[in-house]
Amino acid sequence: MTPLWGGIAVMIAGCFALKYAGLSVPERVLQHRLTVRATDLIPAGLLGALIAVQVFARDGEIEVDARLLALGVAAVLLTLRVPFLPMVFAAALVAALVRQF
Amino acid sequence: MTTDRSVIVDSLGVGIATGTYGASFGAISATSGLSVLQTCLLSLLVFTGASQFAFVGVIASGGNPFAGAFTAILLGSRNMFYGVSIAPKLGLDARSRFASAHLVIDESTAMAVTRETQRQARLGFYWTGLSIFVLWNLFTFLGALAGNAIGDPRTYGLDAAVGAAFLGLLWPRLATWQGRMVALIGSAVALGLVPFTSAGMPIIIGGAVAVLIGMLWGSRKPS
Repeated sequence: MTPLWGGIAVMIAGCFALKYAGLSVPERVLQHRLTVRATDLIPAGLLGALIAVQVFARDGEIEVDARLLALGVAAVLLTLRVPFLPMVFAAALVAALVRQF
Repeated sequence: MTTDRSVIVDSLGVGIATGTYGASFGAISATSGLSVLQTCLLSLLVFTGASQFAFVGVIASGGNPFAGAFTAILLGSRNMFYGVSIAPKLGLDARSRFASAHLVIDESTAMAVTRETQRQARLGFYWTGLSIFVLWNLFTFLGALAGNAIGDPRTYGLDAAVGAAFLGLLWPRLATWQGRMVALIGSAVALGLVPFTSAGMPIIIGGAVAVLIGMLWGSRKPS
């Protein structure tokens, strides 16, 4: 098994196990105050880190390019409540256009 | 009074709006180096959008697949809490819990958890979950084919689309000061680590540091 398939297998098993555990485990086990808070914060922290790496990293270096402009466009469109798919498409289009020049 | 009909119509609306963005996942995944088969398997068997985007995001930046899987599973941890909050609403026996668990995602939970009767909670959960599942997988496949056909993803700005997709997923969490601060710390720590660690690690460490600081900060406030 290649590492990529291995990672996929681990992810499939892990994500399903969490969904199933939530439906099955007694409520009080998961209702500890710290567990609830950590789970509430994890998406914001991880997505923040993911965005930074996706937008600024290239081969282990920091690089500012059309991706940053695309992210700015995405932020403006999200403020205007544009739906997900057109927003992502517009961001890609902006980056593609900037790279033509 | 909420009628059964209006629950179903609302659920299908959410299903269509969410399911179609499987197209962007399919295209991004295929251009990140996953095959069409791998891309489709993720949507069929992982079926939790933010985790799928996270995994291909780590792969696209050259990260270890297991670092990607770890990031994806951490992001999927919220599904566990969704399960806890809707289990009493749905009232399922052991067998149907196993069969239904796969459908526990942000949208199906949101459409079920506020219902007043078990019947309408189930209607909202299954109509939303199943309509998203069908469309998400169909559009993943179409997006993967399109992504595979176009060559260098940078020419089409698809590398920039990943950041935009993550921002779309993060957006609702930026409504509070705490969400904004945690996201900012996560991104700052991750960026600082990019030159010094292997790809994938800045995301996990950045996320972990942000959550820790968020918890310390929150615990000082009376709630």
